[in-house]
Amino acid sequence: MMSFNISFPKTALATTLAASLALSAAQAAEVEVLHWWTSGGEARAANVLKELMEAEGYGWEDFAVAGGGGETAMTVLKSRAMSGNPPSAAQIKGPEIQEWGELGLLGELDEVAEAEGWDDLLPPTVAEIMRHDGSYVAVPVNVHRVNWLWANPEVLEAAGVEMPTTLDELFSAGEAIREAGFIPLAHGGQAWQDATVFESVLLATGGSEFYQHALVDLDPEALGSERMVEALETFKRLRELMDDDMSGRDWNIATSMVINGDAGMQLMGDWAKGEFTAAELTAGEDYLCAAAPGTQDAFTFNIDSLAVFRVEGEERDAQHALARLALEPIFQEAFNLAKGSIPARPDLDMSEFDQCAQQSLDDFQRTANEGGLVPSMAHGMAVRADVQGAIFDVVTNYFNARDMAAEEAARRMVNAAQAAL
Amino acid sequence: MSLSRCAAKPAAATGSRRSPSGLLQAWLPKLVLAPSIAISLFFVYGFMLWTFILSLTGSRMLPSYDFVGFAQYARLMANDRWWVASSNLVIFGGLFVAICLALGLLLAILLDQRIRQEGALRTVYLYPMALSFIVTGVVWKWLLNPGLGIQAMVRGWGFENFRFDWLVDPDMAVYTLVIAAVWQASGFVMALFLAGLRGIDDSILKAAQLDGASLPSIYWRVVIPCLRPVVFSAVMILSHIAIKSFDLVVALTGGGPGYASDLPATFMYAHAFTRAQIGLGSASAMLMLGGVLAILVPYLYSELRNHRHG
Amino acid sequence: MDNVIRQRTLGARIARVSLYAVLILAALFYLLPLVVMLITSVKPLAEITPGTLLSLPREPTLTPWIKAWGEACTGMRCEGVGGYFYNSIAIVVPAVLISTLIGALNGYALTKWRFKGSELVFALMLFGCFIPFQVVLLPMAQTLGWLGLSTSRVGLILVHVVFGIAFTTLFFRNFYVAVPTELVSAAKLDGAGFLRIFWRILLPVSAPIIVVSVIWQFTQIWNDFLFGVAFSAHNSQPVTVALNNLVNTSTGAREYNVDMAAAMIAALPTLIVYVLAGKYFVRGLTAGSVKG
Repeated sequence: MMSFNISFPKTALATTLAASLALSAAQAAEVEVLHWWTSGGEARAANVLKELMEAEGYGWEDFAVAGGGGETAMTVLKSRAMSGNPPSAAQIKGPEIQEWGELGLLGELDEVAEAEGWDDLLPPTVAEIMRHDGSYVAVPVNVHRVNWLWANPEVLEAAGVEMPTTLDELFSAGEAIREAGFIPLAHGGQAWQDATVFESVLLATGGSEFYQHALVDLDPEALGSERMVEALETFKRLRELMDDDMSGRDWNIATSMVINGDAGMQLMGDWAKGEFTAAELTAGEDYLCAAAPGTQDAFTFNIDSLAVFRVEGEERDAQHALARLALEPIFQEAFNLAKGSIPARPDLDMSEFDQCAQQSLDDFQRTANEGGLVPSMAHGMAVRADVQGAIFDVVTNYFNARDMAAEEAARRMVNAAQAAL
Repeated sequence: MSLSRCAAKPAAATGSRRSPSGLLQAWLPKLVLAPSIAISLFFVYGFMLWTFILSLTGSRMLPSYDFVGFAQYARLMANDRWWVASSNLVIFGGLFVAICLALGLLLAILLDQRIRQEGALRTVYLYPMALSFIVTGVVWKWLLNPGLGIQAMVRGWGFENFRFDWLVDPDMAVYTLVIAAVWQASGFVMALFLAGLRGIDDSILKAAQLDGASLPSIYWRVVIPCLRPVVFSAVMILSHIAIKSFDLVVALTGGGPGYASDLPATFMYAHAFTRAQIGLGSASAMLMLGGVLAILVPYLYSELRNHRHG
Repeated sequence: MDNVIRQRTLGARIARVSLYAVLILAALFYLLPLVVMLITSVKPLAEITPGTLLSLPREPTLTPWIKAWGEACTGMRCEGVGGYFYNSIAIVVPAVLISTLIGALNGYALTKWRFKGSELVFALMLFGCFIPFQVVLLPMAQTLGWLGLSTSRVGLILVHVVFGIAFTTLFFRNFYVAVPTELVSAAKLDGAGFLRIFWRILLPVSAPIIVVSVIWQFTQIWNDFLFGVAFSAHNSQPVTVALNNLVNTSTGAREYNVDMAAAMIAALPTLIVYVLAGKYFVRGLTAGSVKG
């Protein structure tokens, strides 16, 4: 044992003998982590977690599968689960954590949670999502806000408009931007992007309580109500502010239209910041962020988390270490700076973050206390995948159809919510 | 691929005579085939049966065995998106197979006219088959996008009114799938036909020429009928590509605008995997396979029956 | 068939020119995406703007290629797609060889040792071509789990062999059907056995169809993504999975020049196979039909 220790470089010598014993015992323990953080910035940020693990002597087997906002990764996860060989941890979020929990496949993290005081550390809304059957089964890594409006200040200036704060202002600003020769609203015509815009419009039209009834509780009365029809009509009107070529466009192309000054604004979650940052732009100066018009008092959240699968022995120790380290300030800061989101624990120093992120955290805490904090339907936080998919179908079909009445879409929405149950 | 009918070969001897080499020799061919048959029975037919059973259950995220009868099929029938996907497959599959056959045959006939640089041209026609749509999907998406690709380019050359916006038109998006799919597979069909043309016995053609038949009529009346077995192989390969088209849709249109360019394969995948409705996804898979059977079995039967080679 | 347009009349000359025009036009259609990929892959990111897909780079650069090969992130590893080549090769080579061998034996048994029901067996196997891979994903996962082969290379090879033999059998059967049966019958009368006849008579003439089968299988398996991503372990992912991770980042900036370079690199082996063996490919398809 000693000779082994001596061969270590100086820094390692500082560790106590006890630690080195623990180290050698844990050396074999590895976690295999399935995730879809594959872009350069994301990968570098996630790497911080890997390094923290390795510093404690645990191995990290990286199992990255990109594609379709995690769709491909989930397919792989299901096939791994079918073969009786799931990874030790996987990026699973929202209600899907409950589905995996119901299948009895998830491990529990209560020991870590207690030792680290997660109950106090995590906001109650976040903590609830991480628990199945009263036990922690997942650890949150960040909180994205979905209801953001991004804008190019030069375009706004050229059109002589301010950042819109209501839907009416959005439409009138859009008109002015178009007259100034720009595309008012950059958008990509993919189902999830349509749904992202739709839920922000619904939130603005009906408020967070109505949002909760309609898209979280799936109350048929709310889904088929006048307000829903109104939200759908407003949503469809937004098409007038978009360009004709949007079908199938990736969201980041839409963002780059804002960056290049071809388009004025974009409704998109805060991961859009990654694009602005990559273009070396500064928040508040080169680009503007504000809550989606009419949703200042609401916060649609999208939380990434790592759920752990049931394993035994040393792998379990490594799993627990992973859960503990995922909330380490150094990782939370690095990761969220790269992702554009805010840390999952609100007690961190935010001085490194830009003003959008700081506003995001303020709004998060404000809405958590006063109400208005709602899960994002478009990003799989509100309802299960089957209902979400059925709603996507209605929303995107209505948005792209030439002649579908909003009443008809609302009726289909009611059916979608019921059929999938 | 086999052209025995037109290759003017001597008549083939009929089947094998039983030779006195013992029981093992008699059984060896079947023994050799046995693993493949077992594999087919288990991995193809067994999995189909399993999928059928799942289609009768309410399986969600992972398979479960709570039987619900034919409820999933009823839901499927009531699903607007499924009907869009199915009719798209008919349009896409039909056009794709027809255009590939026509274009492949045309290029093969043209290439067969003592062309300089034939090898280079052939490689150029053939190479798309080597690439997967994970690779080429992005490029096609660019090319077909009105604001980025061909439309923008042609307008840039001064034709301001040029329009090519099928990709963003719900009624036309499915045809963009045809374009990209034809691009990928037609060269391969060309190779099949070219091989077929080269295999035709020259004496048949000489005879037709001596009869004073014109060139088009020689092709129409003598050559093309001889290519029938090639058409068979090509149709098999093309329909398999059409039915399995998945990467293409995902990469090019993502099923959009809306779900206007969805195909059954993407429908099945979206429901069984992304949307945690394995029961419904399995039902759609069964209907898809049923459709394949309904179209292919009669064709296969008539071809194998009429052309008992060898 | 190659002496049809020959006379040097004016009409024939016009026909000849338009013939070449059509062929070259078609070549441009097929080349277009490849050219766009190539041009994009040597452009600096700033030059990639709408409407200029076909304009040549002002400052050509090989940096995207270098990055794609050895530096781009495909997960937390930022070592490009280069390292994944070995994984792909280790899967493709055995899978291609095994499925080709089985296909050859099947095709031989189905044509030269016909028995009652052999056509039915062929038709049954042929149907295996038509099952969409998405349908078999979960049962396959379960089966691999039972066999203890999940996330192992052997398991992935097995999957590719299982779903490849329908095609290889189709190829070899159609080829062998045209090989004269007299030779085989004579050998049988001489007392030669099943394997001996295969080894001595069929295999020596099989080179062209082996090329066809190998090219087809190589392309299919090299380009496979679905099985590769679902059934490989974190350290044995094939190159398509790496490519997918590189080009399909969901929330993050995209570097199109690197994407295109990576796509070209990942496609190189199949492209090379097509360019080098394309000649034999057509010849192999032809050979099945001419006299043996």
